[in-house]
Amino acid sequence: MTTFTAGGSNPAGDPYGAAADAAEGRVYTVTGQDWDSIVSEQAERGDERIVVNMGPQHPSTHGVLRLILEMEGESVHEARCGIGYLHTGIEKNMEFRSWTQGVTFCTRMDYLAPLHNETTYCLGVERLLDIEDQVPEKANVIRVMMMELNRISSHLVCIATGGMEIGALTVMTIGFREREKVLDAFELITGLRMNHGYIRPGGVANDLPDNALDHLKDLVSWMKKHLPEYAAFCNENPIFKGRLQDVGYLDLAGCLALGITGPPLRSTGYDWDLRKKQPYCGYETYDFEVQTWDTPDAYGRFRVRLNEMWESLKIVEQCVSRLEKMQGDPVMIGDRKIAWPAQLSVGSDGMGNSNEHIKHIMGESMEALIHHFKLVTEGFRVPAGQAYVPIESPRGELGAHVVSDGGTKPFRAHFRDPSFVNLQAMPALCEGSMVSDVVVAVASLDPVMGGVDR
Amino acid sequence: MSGSNPTPGPGDTPLNAESDQKAPIKGATPEGESAPDAGTRPESLVGSAPEVSSEETEAQSSEAEVVGAGGGTAEVIEVREGMFGVQGTGDTSGYGGLSRTIEFPAASEPPFGGWWDQVYERIGTLVPNYGEVITKVVIHRGEITFHVAREHLFGLVRHLRDDAHLRFEFCSSVSGVHYPADTGSELHAVYHLQSMTYNRRIRLEVSAPDSDPHIPSVVPTYPTADWHERETYDMFGIVFDGHPALTRILMPDDWPGHPQRKDYPLGGIPVEYKGASIPPPDQRRSYN
Repeated sequence: MTTFTAGGSNPAGDPYGAAADAAEGRVYTVTGQDWDSIVSEQAERGDERIVVNMGPQHPSTHGVLRLILEMEGESVHEARCGIGYLHTGIEKNMEFRSWTQGVTFCTRMDYLAPLHNETTYCLGVERLLDIEDQVPEKANVIRVMMMELNRISSHLVCIATGGMEIGALTVMTIGFREREKVLDAFELITGLRMNHGYIRPGGVANDLPDNALDHLKDLVSWMKKHLPEYAAFCNENPIFKGRLQDVGYLDLAGCLALGITGPPLRSTGYDWDLRKKQPYCGYETYDFEVQTWDTPDAYGRFRVRLNEMWESLKIVEQCVSRLEKMQGDPVMIGDRKIAWPAQLSVGSDGMGNSNEHIKHIMGESMEALIHHFKLVTEGFRVPAGQAYVPIESPRGELGAHVVSDGGTKPFRAHFRDPSFVNLQAMPALCEGSMVSDVVVAVASLDPVMGGVDR
Repeated sequence: MSGSNPTPGPGDTPLNAESDQKAPIKGATPEGESAPDAGTRPESLVGSAPEVSSEETEAQSSEAEVVGAGGGTAEVIEVREGMFGVQGTGDTSGYGGLSRTIEFPAASEPPFGGWWDQVYERIGTLVPNYGEVITKVVIHRGEITFHVAREHLFGLVRHLRDDAHLRFEFCSSVSGVHYPADTGSELHAVYHLQSMTYNRRIRLEVSAPDSDPHIPSVVPTYPTADWHERETYDMFGIVFDGHPALTRILMPDDWPGHPQRKDYPLGGIPVEYKGASIPPPDQRRSYN
């Protein structure tokens, strides 16, 4: 047996590698531009069974994912994932910050769907606070709109990087072009392109800026014009279909056993979508269809994502028309013991608390100042108990198991991240296939390592 | 949560016996709610203080404000004294005299309302000794939690998945929670199960003492629990017996300790900012 290690580091000198004792037989360290010598050396040995370490730093593994492939020639006999390279201890950190600050931590988990992370956490906290019915209607509409825009941008990245990994570079460039438009809208509304911290327990951080609805209408018409390009580039492209069809096959029974949700589950034909099955944030009032496909392979997942972007666009349009009638409505819960006291605004020195609020607490009302200080430093208390409110993220069921001991900080917050669970299907998708199909199969699951490792 | 102790002590009684004992109390609460979360409404608490043992007198006094679930007494986990580390004669602030009782939602008694009763009764039919298997049922904020004795978990989840009236065919997640003050059952594993057939969700909670952190693995029933259990082992040190390959998953293989336990420090260094020193988050003053 032979072991290949990609990357420049020497396994013997790497304290974390510990490759030397685990590997049997000859170990090659591939550093680039040394392929000829390795191939000729291996050819002399005549040993076809090799173990290849793909990653954790490899452009086609979707981030810091390490794939350990045992191969016979070019076919993969056994495949395993090595994860944890992006573990940041976010869940532990959240136990040391207030409930509101938790939003700014969990938004960094699945960095392609930050608004979904925030929403599922806030829904859990709101359930524990028993204020689910008190969240203003406008806040719910904004949440839905932001989540659906986020679904579009996340699916665009999935399709773009998936295309790049099989050499379809135009799909990548146009994918990031459209995503950029969505991120522009996020920046306009939340102030940031990612790590928003926008959806808060009780509502959302800020009302929409004045020009937001016009901007969103432009965005919708831009998307309507450009989304057909993906279908035109890919749907009937023989090379694209040749690479994706029948690759990464996983049927319904496999999905349920392995806990797979999201587009991989829907590509089996099962219309399981939490937005319809267990509606939250008022999804039951929107008109959209759950997208399914009849081939549970990489191509089916691509088509599900492509169609879901159209459905998301439909929901965004409905949100925009609702928001037009809601100008001036509150976006944060009326309970002043929970609602964040300040509103942000952009001043001459950047973003900060609005001038009216500063004037009020510094010049007019000492009680308001004390209130602001208490709520921002101490935070609110959440009654003891536990809650789990899952939502449909672009990758599947995303849920936060939040436990409170009645204090001002989460006692425990655990995220059921769909990337983490879906990645378990990697061996089932890849074993027995060619190594080139591994890349396609992993990309079809769309794992985001920030969510996998948290 | 002494009720979820996997080895019932001499003082513990099976759940069905307890419900008989407390049956008269139920008459004080408005009955006949059919909505699933009817039992969690605060008004159903009024006047329903049940018998509690004398050690829990403290909890009894403040129960009505704290507990959201009807039917029983709040579960006192711990009583925390003082705040901001000020104590004794040097304490002129009064913070040292603060006392807060940590209470978790109380156990509920059947009938729970809606499909919860169907699930509970079906489990009772399938598992003859269900009083030992399910040590407690908690309904809080419209979610139902079955506290399961660990030695019976393996058999129960197989029924939950396979029975035609239950069909919890999908295990959403397994996560751990560490309650250092819950003496004798410090480590909890929490399972979120989803029935796609009936569109129902339940939660199972299984506990193990710190000295014997063993819980049977559910991987033979729910293969998806593989990585979840590895993560829970990695973060809490709960050993899932029967797991095919229980190794660390997020932390390096040679990492000492289990980071999500409450006795594991967050870590961090003080940061200098404009001449002041800001302590790391776990050493800042906190409101307990």
